[in-house]
Amino acid sequence: MRRQAAGQLIVGARYRLLPGGPAARSDSLDEHLARHGLRPACGDSRRREELFGEIERAGLAGRGGAAFPTAAKLRALAAARGQRMAVIGNGVEGEPASHKDKVLLAVAPHLVLDGAVGAAELIGARTAVIVTHRAVTGIVSRAAAERRRAGWDPVPVRVLAAADGFIAGEASAVVNWSERGRPAPTGRPARLGGPGRGRRPALVQNVETLAHLALIIRHGADWFTSAGAPTEPGSMLITLLGAVRRPGVYEIEIGTPVSGLLELAGGPAAPLGALLIGGYFGIWAEPDSALPLPFSSAGLAAIGANPGAGVVAALPRTACGLAETARITRYLARSSAGQCGPCIFGLDAIAGQLERLAAGERCDLALVHRWLGDVTGRGACRHPDGTALMVGSALRVFRAEARLHSRGWCSAVGAAGVFPLPGQVVS
Amino acid sequence: MLSAATVTGSQGLWFVSRGSGLVLLVLLTVVTVLGAATRAGWTPRRWPRFAVAELHRTLSLFAVALLALHVLTALLDPYVTIGWAATVIPFASPYRRLAIGLGTLAADLGAAVLLTSVLRSRLGLHWWRAVHWLGYLAWPVAFWHALTAGGDIRRGWAAAVGWGCATLVLAVILACLASGRRRPPGAAQGEREQPAATRQGAWR
Amino acid sequence: MTSGLRLTVNPIACDGRGFCAELLPELITLDDWGFPLVGIREVPTALRGEAAAAVQLCPRLALRLEPGPHPAPRDRH
Repeated sequence: MRRQAAGQLIVGARYRLLPGGPAARSDSLDEHLARHGLRPACGDSRRREELFGEIERAGLAGRGGAAFPTAAKLRALAAARGQRMAVIGNGVEGEPASHKDKVLLAVAPHLVLDGAVGAAELIGARTAVIVTHRAVTGIVSRAAAERRRAGWDPVPVRVLAAADGFIAGEASAVVNWSERGRPAPTGRPARLGGPGRGRRPALVQNVETLAHLALIIRHGADWFTSAGAPTEPGSMLITLLGAVRRPGVYEIEIGTPVSGLLELAGGPAAPLGALLIGGYFGIWAEPDSALPLPFSSAGLAAIGANPGAGVVAALPRTACGLAETARITRYLARSSAGQCGPCIFGLDAIAGQLERLAAGERCDLALVHRWLGDVTGRGACRHPDGTALMVGSALRVFRAEARLHSRGWCSAVGAAGVFPLPGQVVS
Repeated sequence: MLSAATVTGSQGLWFVSRGSGLVLLVLLTVVTVLGAATRAGWTPRRWPRFAVAELHRTLSLFAVALLALHVLTALLDPYVTIGWAATVIPFASPYRRLAIGLGTLAADLGAAVLLTSVLRSRLGLHWWRAVHWLGYLAWPVAFWHALTAGGDIRRGWAAAVGWGCATLVLAVILACLASGRRRPPGAAQGEREQPAATRQGAWR
Repeated sequence: MTSGLRLTVNPIACDGRGFCAELLPELITLDDWGFPLVGIREVPTALRGEAAAAVQLCPRLALRLEPGPHPAPRDRH
């Protein structure tokens, strides 16, 4: 692993998770073994303690968006050893703009499975379930079958196709789907990473986190922290889309400046109007403010953003940020699980006002701001919260555009529909 | 002397039994209507919704008291043998098995509703609601009991009252079903997010 | 004087019937869509009885009286 001058990307680090790059063919079990070696056993109690220590030192945090420290979660569940527990790998990726989990599962399914089985041994779980997006269930099932035939894993591994929809990727919704066939969140407090009140405890981890875990178990904390930022070590997968030359999934060191991310994707394809950082639940930012910042929780905090699920969407100057925001908000409103009133009605109302704003009709922004506060924290999951944050940032960043719209003008020249949404053709 | 007193006494009991039965039918009608009103949110002007709910609850407790009187007077009547068992077990009375049995059935349903309501916080919403819906059955069973056991309701003003109540309950149930729940926006099919095939930029 | 209790709403069970806001207008208001907004961190001792009554009366069993103050919005998980 070579370190170069700050601000430059490290060649070796790029391929921790995606050894052949994101477009590689999926590894067979033999290829995986040749590349990464055998999965070390973690069942021994002394080895387990050592590994908890390593994972803690490595500072691995969840890669699903919430960035919860993995070691803490593992320890909390290990304390419930003896109860019937399951490890659930969340590869649902309900966010339409994100593709990293699909790519990881397609290219390196065995790494994810190694991580799931390792985690199961560490906490004493009896089964592992990987819930994957429909697009890659076949590949992962075949990989699991290969391992089963070789008698590879001490715990049974099940592969389950996810339900469709944005909310299906929410952690408690994944558990609900896997246990009861209902892809709906089950409410606060989320019974994750800890013994539930009477319910079977489950370790829910994003599949990328499991892959990193598999590598830490093999190579240790020092190796893991040799890349990335001091307080947020390691690499992460990101999805770049929108006005970049080569949209797609890339692996980066945490802390790489945002401009570096865009360079990886071949640079902007057109002058940039704004960046949406973190995904459809993310924060809009002006390019000048965002580009120099390190892509990490600490770095992006300067503009009130965080890496989230690692999505950076570039909006060209020719597109209308308010129109995109309205489209995304309407999509998020329709994606509600439909269980909580403030989410169902509030997001619909907010989307309605944004659509009016985008169309140049009269709208009440003071009302929208009040509604953003009203929906926050009043659902069973963070769906309304995330939407409110995204909309709030849009109203800040596109303030000038909003003034234009209130006079019936719009600065955009291109057609609406830059970012992908299911069921809608991208222009 | 004794026999005359007994006859008068038993006649008195019989009148109270029939009278309380008719009042009970009217009361049960009101309770059912109020229950539907609570559910659907129908309130008179300036009445808060919880007032309707509380009235429903209070009147149903009053109905329970009246039911106790109705059952007791029927049991104590020396001219008919109903038996204590028949107060809880339907169709266990040697005297007019069907008619009394229906009454017992209605009373049992009411008792189930009462019990589950008292224990609602412990039982949880699901069981409470299931039994409460069963309570809707209590009204037609009670009415059938009134038709078969009490001769009064077949004639004259009592019949008018009885059938008036029946019409009211039917109308209320139909209205309740028709009004339904507040529809969420975009609930019509085709507006909710469709999990259709996506066409996105190629991911590599 | 606060009682050390707070009111919480189960958002999945809540149907926006509005009984709680009618009974406890000092503590609960309704948002633009009829759903309850608990406007206070802790229930004052004087209103403790009313709060318990509102909990009993909720037709969806969505209101609860729990020990401890409301966490600040940022703390909530």
